[in-house]
Amino acid sequence: MNPTKTVLVLASVVVVLITAGMMYSLTSGAIPVFKEFGLRFIVSSEWNPTEGREDYGALPFIVGTVLTSVIAIILCFPLAFSTSLFIGEYYRGTRMASITGTMVDMLAGIPSIVYGLWGFYVLRPMIVAFGWSAQGFSIFTAGVVLAIMIIPYATSITTEIIKMVSNDLKEAAYSLGATRREVIFSVIIPNARSGIFTSYILAFGRALGETMAVTMLIGNSNIVPKGIFQSGNTMASVIANQFGEADGLKLSALVAIGLLLFVITGIINGIGKLIIKKYSV
Amino acid sequence: MKNLIGILALAVLLSSCGNSSGGGDKKSKNVSLTAAGATFPLPFYNLAIKNYSSNTGTLLTYGGVGSGGGIRSLTDKVVDFGATDAFLSDDKEAEMPAEIVHIPTCIGAVVIAYSLPGVEDLNLSNENLQDIFLGRITNWNDSKLKETNPGIELPDLAVTVVHRSDGSGTTYIFSDFMSKISSEWERVVGRGKSLKWPVGLGGKGNPGVAGTIKQTAGAIGYIGSEFAFAQKIPVAQVENSAGKYVTPSLESISAAAQGEIPVDTKVMLTCSSDPDAYPISGFTWLILYKEQAYDGRSKVQAEETLKFLSWIIEKDAQALAQQVNYAPLPEKTVAQARKILGSVVFDGQPIVQ
Repeated sequence: MNPTKTVLVLASVVVVLITAGMMYSLTSGAIPVFKEFGLRFIVSSEWNPTEGREDYGALPFIVGTVLTSVIAIILCFPLAFSTSLFIGEYYRGTRMASITGTMVDMLAGIPSIVYGLWGFYVLRPMIVAFGWSAQGFSIFTAGVVLAIMIIPYATSITTEIIKMVSNDLKEAAYSLGATRREVIFSVIIPNARSGIFTSYILAFGRALGETMAVTMLIGNSNIVPKGIFQSGNTMASVIANQFGEADGLKLSALVAIGLLLFVITGIINGIGKLIIKKYSV
Repeated sequence: MKNLIGILALAVLLSSCGNSSGGGDKKSKNVSLTAAGATFPLPFYNLAIKNYSSNTGTLLTYGGVGSGGGIRSLTDKVVDFGATDAFLSDDKEAEMPAEIVHIPTCIGAVVIAYSLPGVEDLNLSNENLQDIFLGRITNWNDSKLKETNPGIELPDLAVTVVHRSDGSGTTYIFSDFMSKISSEWERVVGRGKSLKWPVGLGGKGNPGVAGTIKQTAGAIGYIGSEFAFAQKIPVAQVENSAGKYVTPSLESISAAAQGEIPVDTKVMLTCSSDPDAYPISGFTWLILYKEQAYDGRSKVQAEETLKFLSWIIEKDAQALAQQVNYAPLPEKTVAQARKILGSVVFDGQPIVQ
């Protein structure tokens, strides 16, 4: 075999092994809790770590994770998509576009803890001032910060995809008398939709796994939230919070939550791939 | 061959230690010790270790990974000693690979911090605490709070309970106290490093809880005394077993250990019978194996471990504890700790003479 091929094969095998190894250690770590509670672990909302009364259900965290991420993606979409069109189509190649693009990319470089601090000292008091929540710690607060955090991921990929739509197609549309808006909605979006969709799947995946900023804003109550202005907790956040002092069944429950997060991310990626396959041109 | 590599590695390690430690008279016995565990006494251990290392040249690393992590590390035998805020129950001790001993190092407390504009003095009776943390008192102008705080203008403000979101020895001490003063708490919530909270928000670590309290008018929560003292956070006076409202201070916390302490020092100091004691106090311990000859440990390693432990319970180190706002061990407890250290052996022979 030639050396290039060997390196490529080896590298790919290592990556596959790492993923498989993680799957294995997560699964084996999660076995005790599934043995104890079975599928009830996924559907039960009871989370009681007190010794002697241990009862673990991951539902509060699954709900919290999905809710915050969905809020994030809903809030992110209009902002990110408009910005992509701004940079990739309307003001393409201008100074304005490149400044905006750089600013958006900078958002991606800000550490999660800084978003958390901003949320804690700026956003949270605003939510209190609006009267949406008495203390400002809520699913919604976390969702808003997550939305800002995932904007750069969605924006930069979408921008590239929009730029990639062939000029011939656009010019053909213009020559038929199409307006700019018609070009965007009838040529660019249909041509780029699978790529655009992928970028939002990626952004969603990122929101699912975010930990630090969420911990600081969500209120860390281990209950199923009754509304989006109530406090709750997410899967990644509960693992980060409770790992240090966990042992035995509790440690297994946390590992199992990790496994569930892995599976949920996998499912969402799978759905994304299916949709892309269906709609790609 | 393996031995040779080992000796080489040791030689490299020793020479590098020698270079870095510089001064000190006992250069010949440079050993490095590792420990891990509780974060509650971390400021004390950091200061103590810094002092000890610069005086003796012994390298000591302490990882503040939490009591649970400390116990795990000792179980896996990757540290020389561990640290924990909650003593191991007899059942938990039986799960360890070998017999262990607990050495108390200092006394900490859990204080009740609050944020009430205009209120600088707050008395909390046991009943008040139970009702607040079970979610029954929901407004600061509740008549029950007015009863214990005559003459204080309590505002019409919602009570927001703040607790730890991470597992913590602080939570253990607090919940142990709550279980002792309220049978209802014991039944509904119980004691543990993390709990199923009936009400409230979670903050990560002392800074998280303190920050949330500070930012939320009407908030109340519990924090480690060392953090509250260092940050000068306003704290409530808590009713003790004698019915007295006690302000947490190094003196009132130390008083909690004046009562009868069992030989192995495994006791919670909450609700001490001493009339001047602050009721939410507790020891923090270092834990190590009684038989130090395990996993091919050298005798020097064991001796150095014991030397540090014998030092940390004595006057010099206890003075350092006070510098970072922990209450020192009373003389009686130090004597007990010495005795426990005397029972630690290497190959059956006592290490400390």
